[in-house]
Amino acid sequence: MWSLSKITDIIHSWLTETFNPTWTLIIEMVIVGVGVIGLFAVLGLILVIMERKVSAYMQIRLGPNRVGPKGMMQSMADTVKLLVKEGMTPDGADKFLFNFAPFIAMIVAMLLMAPIAFAKDFQIWDINIGVLYITAISSLNVIAILMAGWSSNNKYSLLGAMRSGAQIVSYELSAGLAILVIVVLTGSLQISDIVAAQANGWWIFKGWLPAWIAFLIFMIAVTAETNRAPFDLSEAESELTGGFHTEYSGMKFALFFLAEYINVFIVCGIGATLFLGGWMPFHIGNWEGFNHVMDYIPSSIWFFGKTFFLIFVIMWFRWTFPRLRIDQLLNLEWKYLLPIGMVNILLVTVIAILKWHF
Amino acid sequence: MIEEIGTTEQGDLIINVGPQHPATHGVLHLVITLNGETIKKIEPHLGYIHRSIEKMCESLTYRQFIYTTSRMDYLSSHINNHGCALLVEKGLQIEVPPRAQVIRILMDELTRIASHILWWGAMAMDLGAMTPYFHAFRERELINDIMEETCGARLTMNYQVPGGVMADIHPNFQRRVKDIIKQLYKKLPEYDELVTGNTIFKARTQGIGYLSKEDAISYGVTGPSARASGVSCDIRKLYPYEGYEKLNFQEVMHTGCDTYSRYLVRMIEIRESISILEQLVDNIPEGDYQAKTKAVLKLPKGEFYTRVETARGELGVYVVSEGGTTPYRIKFRSPGFSNLCALDHMTRGQKIGDMVAIMGSLDLVIPDIDR
Amino acid sequence: MFLKEYISDVAGALKSLFIGMKRTGYYFTHHKEIITEQYPDNRATLVLPERFRGEVVMTHNENNEHRCTGCTACELACPNGTIKIVTKFDINAEGKKKKAVDKFVYHLELCTMCNLCIQACPTDAIKMAQTFEHSVYDRSLLTKVLNKPDSKLQEGVE
Repeated sequence: MWSLSKITDIIHSWLTETFNPTWTLIIEMVIVGVGVIGLFAVLGLILVIMERKVSAYMQIRLGPNRVGPKGMMQSMADTVKLLVKEGMTPDGADKFLFNFAPFIAMIVAMLLMAPIAFAKDFQIWDINIGVLYITAISSLNVIAILMAGWSSNNKYSLLGAMRSGAQIVSYELSAGLAILVIVVLTGSLQISDIVAAQANGWWIFKGWLPAWIAFLIFMIAVTAETNRAPFDLSEAESELTGGFHTEYSGMKFALFFLAEYINVFIVCGIGATLFLGGWMPFHIGNWEGFNHVMDYIPSSIWFFGKTFFLIFVIMWFRWTFPRLRIDQLLNLEWKYLLPIGMVNILLVTVIAILKWHF
Repeated sequence: MIEEIGTTEQGDLIINVGPQHPATHGVLHLVITLNGETIKKIEPHLGYIHRSIEKMCESLTYRQFIYTTSRMDYLSSHINNHGCALLVEKGLQIEVPPRAQVIRILMDELTRIASHILWWGAMAMDLGAMTPYFHAFRERELINDIMEETCGARLTMNYQVPGGVMADIHPNFQRRVKDIIKQLYKKLPEYDELVTGNTIFKARTQGIGYLSKEDAISYGVTGPSARASGVSCDIRKLYPYEGYEKLNFQEVMHTGCDTYSRYLVRMIEIRESISILEQLVDNIPEGDYQAKTKAVLKLPKGEFYTRVETARGELGVYVVSEGGTTPYRIKFRSPGFSNLCALDHMTRGQKIGDMVAIMGSLDLVIPDIDR
Repeated sequence: MFLKEYISDVAGALKSLFIGMKRTGYYFTHHKEIITEQYPDNRATLVLPERFRGEVVMTHNENNEHRCTGCTACELACPNGTIKIVTKFDINAEGKKKKAVDKFVYHLELCTMCNLCIQACPTDAIKMAQTFEHSVYDRSLLTKVLNKPDSKLQEGVE
């Protein structure tokens, strides 16, 4: 059966036969780097057109429909437009930080790609503290936003950046607590272990109430962490025009834009891995025939299917809800999500110790 | 000056919202003094879209000046025109035929519904929800289609002339009004599902932008914004014109005094306007749609004042006539200007996000403020 | 007691959010509700109501005759000075001089489509057309002469 891991195996064995180990490693790294950048570009194009189509249908519109078949090449045209636009640096801005911030946002998003299991045995780096790595790296994102907001020499940008800082720092806690629930259930921080533990059923089904609550909290927290509506306070176009990227234009703006979508993809990928079994196919108890059919679907399709479903849910949030206010946003975190998450963790610990879960 | 300094002596941040800003729905310039995210003071700067309509009207005849008022509050242009037509009729003692009166009320209420629906979408958009805006335009388009068919234009209708209306209603008019009533009854619950009941929307609006009854009166706030503070100020009830006294409708009042009650008042007003439409659409009397008037209208020497209830509040038209064919002086008391004055009072101590919500709930139309 | 309130708060809030999501989800799945008009593509089927005010035109019959007597009532009625009527003196069959319209100049760029000129016209010479695509590259193209060249006043119109 066709699978991504076979391809990597073939490439790896060919490289080890042809070159010495050092060169093999270097060439593999280059391939991975090119692959990640390529995936970035493709994901950016797909997610932008997806968001525009989702929003259009929810708003009883047609959405982009002129470039290419059914407007599917619209994001391509947008990319060309952004590439040829002048990238202005405002007078009075901290030039180095201003130009550096978009790259930080991109680098953080790239680093986060490393431990994600895209398919069976297809992972860039199966680090043994995978979940911890993800939580640690994703919080670096706030640096890019603060940097952009501060260096723009614009008060709107500054307000947006400060909001974003408060928001990301606090929502990381509940995202972490939600992830901890799965870590407690699995007993491992390694992504491949977490996925393997869901071979006989996804955590969302096996974990009972705590897993559901954790999933809900996780979805809310990552929506906030990626600055998506209804938590898009750092952009808040009706209050702060564009928030932290008010002064950015051209490709530098596009990098922020891309980083936002990549972050959404990554957090949804993590959500799919932790709660929906990653690349694990959907199995029902003893239905051998059904399970066999499910196994036949490639694991990468399972992973991307689940991830894109979660991305759709996040887009659904965005195009339905009004925005929260900054104090309400923090209230929600500190008065609702965090206490609930903590109680939830206690609950799941009890369940894990008593082995009540499957 | 402000751009150069940026902060006050106390270390407060001064930001300029507008004249080009998504929250101000036009070219309004607000100079906001901020302490962190908390608003200390708001200073509106006007005049970016001042077209000197009042001065311009002094050189236009009494037939011509009506059309300029469509450009003041473009969302209730019909009602503006109505106010001016009423003034000329009052000055010349013209008896408006009953058919024209009913058509005028129907058009006014359609305009009011369209304006409130657009406001609903814009308010939701101010709070960050984009989808309601497009849903609002769906119903508004239908109303605009009616206007286009009968009046000949979608936004600046100029359908009112001294002595009646410019043309008779279109044969399709009654059928289409019934259609829109049906459509609104179907879609208004959806509006409530999307916005009214939403917990985030409630949290953003409840208890925000408190405007007490006394303050509403002293700032001269009128219209739904004042009625949400418990001030009875519906001109249609207090000083009925054009046969509003014969109709059965409620003056929508609320005592919440906050942004949410201003929202509710407008949502209920849509339903009241629908009930007025229902009462009248099948009972349009036969007869002339326009009274016979002289070719050249000359108001007698003196001062004249009429007021009408637009979608935003009380519009007063004040004319000083020297007996000629043009007004000597004309003054519009526009509702938006007085409503804007209360903004500073309402937003003090609130967050900058609330400012957007409060301004949205006041339903400001900037050309109405500047004229 | 406090806990009960807390939980019912959270549940109520979540419920209101789900109601909103149900509504947008409905529109996401029901594409027949889409109301977009694809404007330049639907030109062939686009019908504007007959009262729509697009621009002022002068009606001419098949003999290239119009009904404008050059009385300047429309010019006086216009609030913006959109219409300028240039008159000339025709010599009719009886050898008498008679005022007639030479050029009916209409500035589309000044016109606000208020319909007052059409109301003022005593002979129904002008009317509103339903055209609305008025964009041109040169502003001078917006100044139009409404009476066709060599057109005459229709018989019997005073």
